[in-house]
Amino acid sequence: MGQVVAIDSLLDARRIWRGQPHARSPSTQPTGWPALDAVLPAGGWPEAALSELLLPLDGVGELRLLWPTLTRLSQGHDSGMIALIAPPYLPFATAWARAGVRMRQVQVIQAQARDVLWAAEQCLRSAACSAVLCWPHQVDDRALRRLHLAAETGQCLGFAMRPSSAASNPSPAALRIAIDARPAQLRVLKCRGGNAPAMPIPFAG
Amino acid sequence: MLWACILFPQLALDGVVRRHASPDEPLALIAGPAQRRVLRSVNEAARAQGLRAGQALAVAQAIGARFHAIDYAAADAQRWHDFLAAWAYRYGSLVSREWPSALLVEVEASFRLFGPWPRLEARLREDLRELGFRHRIVLAPHPWAARVLANVHDGLAVIDEQPLLRALASLPLSRCGLPADVTAGLVRMGLRNLGQVWALPRAGLGRRIGEAALDHLDRLRGTQATPLRYFQPADAFESRIEFNYEVSSSQSLLFPLRRLTADLATYLAGRDGGVQRFLLRFTHERGAATELPVGLLAAERDPAMLFEVARSRLEQLQLPAPVREMELLAHQLPPFVPAGRDLFDMRPQQAMPWEQLRERLRARLGDESVHGLAVRADHRPERAWQSASSDVQAMPSLPRPGWLLHQPIPLRDTSLRILAGPERIESGWWDGDVRRDYYVVETSQGQRAWAFRPPGEQGEFMLHGWFA
Repeated sequence: MGQVVAIDSLLDARRIWRGQPHARSPSTQPTGWPALDAVLPAGGWPEAALSELLLPLDGVGELRLLWPTLTRLSQGHDSGMIALIAPPYLPFATAWARAGVRMRQVQVIQAQARDVLWAAEQCLRSAACSAVLCWPHQVDDRALRRLHLAAETGQCLGFAMRPSSAASNPSPAALRIAIDARPAQLRVLKCRGGNAPAMPIPFAG
Repeated sequence: MLWACILFPQLALDGVVRRHASPDEPLALIAGPAQRRVLRSVNEAARAQGLRAGQALAVAQAIGARFHAIDYAAADAQRWHDFLAAWAYRYGSLVSREWPSALLVEVEASFRLFGPWPRLEARLREDLRELGFRHRIVLAPHPWAARVLANVHDGLAVIDEQPLLRALASLPLSRCGLPADVTAGLVRMGLRNLGQVWALPRAGLGRRIGEAALDHLDRLRGTQATPLRYFQPADAFESRIEFNYEVSSSQSLLFPLRRLTADLATYLAGRDGGVQRFLLRFTHERGAATELPVGLLAAERDPAMLFEVARSRLEQLQLPAPVREMELLAHQLPPFVPAGRDLFDMRPQQAMPWEQLRERLRARLGDESVHGLAVRADHRPERAWQSASSDVQAMPSLPRPGWLLHQPIPLRDTSLRILAGPERIESGWWDGDVRRDYYVVETSQGQRAWAFRPPGEQGEFMLHGWFA
């Protein structure tokens, strides 16, 4: 005892077990952004769960982030619908189609503020949709948990777009990504199954 | 050919009872002129109180029985007859309503589809039990024979001629459908059943009972064929329920609504059709009736779905006054095309197909709330999208934003940076001229916007979209 052992030599001798995070089954829902996939614990969107995108302003890239995923989902073999619930603007079909999204699979659901959460829950729970994008107005912790459970029930990707002012509130979403406009970057605030990466991910279009 | 005769001994009463919220209470159908009202038919509970069909209403009230008296309407019984004919049309293409309160269905041709007679009979009985109609079923090779055998038998199935003749021969004369005076004459001659009548010399019998009665006897044996008039299902469905009291809560309308939609689904299944639009009409004591149109995007006929859609519409409805009568009208019955499903489709619980989800959303959010998107070949951005579902692919290779504003608005920003442009869009002189220079600009906060200004001007930009 009292003997000083350098840590490097112990590690090299493999006599210390280092509690490596054990590999999770990789997600079957890659985001389409390799840099983002690399830092997410499952290597993609959390499956059958709610993800939250926090946007500071209009026009900073939530569609650029989601289009690869929506394209993949809409071109799948027996894919479900992609439901947009109460989007803030008109989805411009020309641009969506050019991004590769099959417009036949996209359905826009106009809803009043008080019906957005109801419609989102119905769509998530139904298993008829492969992805549900919703823009809730006033949403609290309980409502988000409901959406999360509905997404689990319906085996569906749920996305909730919220203003970045909500970033400081806790949320039951499995993944929270804040999009910054300047500099253009993604910050993963929370991801289930691992620590959120400290460094932002560049997101230049 | 084999004919199944389905006799409904209590057609009018069953029609009333099945729409009554509490069918176990004593009920009696009342008919006759105002001076002499008589009980036309009574249900089990009323019979237990001593009420009998044919009793005068005054007598029934005198014995102190407590019962619901419901006016008998011949048109109602007729309507139920039609409804049941439409139901029976599912099981055979030749359905006849030749006799009141009875249906004749040619079933031999349907055996290949539904299986042999015992199985088909069980199916008929199960359906009728669910629909709430008491019945007697007899199978015979001739329609007339089937009809008279149903007078005394239930569940009898005769396929060959010899057993049929034996069964007919033992039929009492009073039950074999001959006119009353002919029957009385034959009974006075000491004849008791049909076999004894057939044993008489034909010529002499003909002189006694007349040509018409002789024809009837021949038809029973099947030696004379008389064509029947066959039922053709109507192209519209109408059904209504009258209430004895005023219904003011929409909750109590749900039970009759379920009956109406289930009847509609039964009718649609019979004619292999679907329904896309139907109308619920609520009649009030005074004032105009309230109408509630229910529309679906595709033809449907699942009873649960029809009920759910109608119910969610009903829950949104503000009724101005209590309801006395509820009516369901469906005039457009397009063909029904069932959706294709995978045999080994693994779906989570509570799953519903998109069509059903869409109807549920539309029922609550409004008819226009759910739409698809499609690209249209038009240079003007306002017209280059449409809320339909055609796949026209005609895209210029110039930048287009993912979000489009409903109306262009002024873009107020002091330090805009132009990233691309201008792109001249000039089109549509025939309907709403557009002449604009579009730019991709970056705002001071880092947003990328699609904005335009009139050609040749250096003024303020109008914001028309976001590159999100």
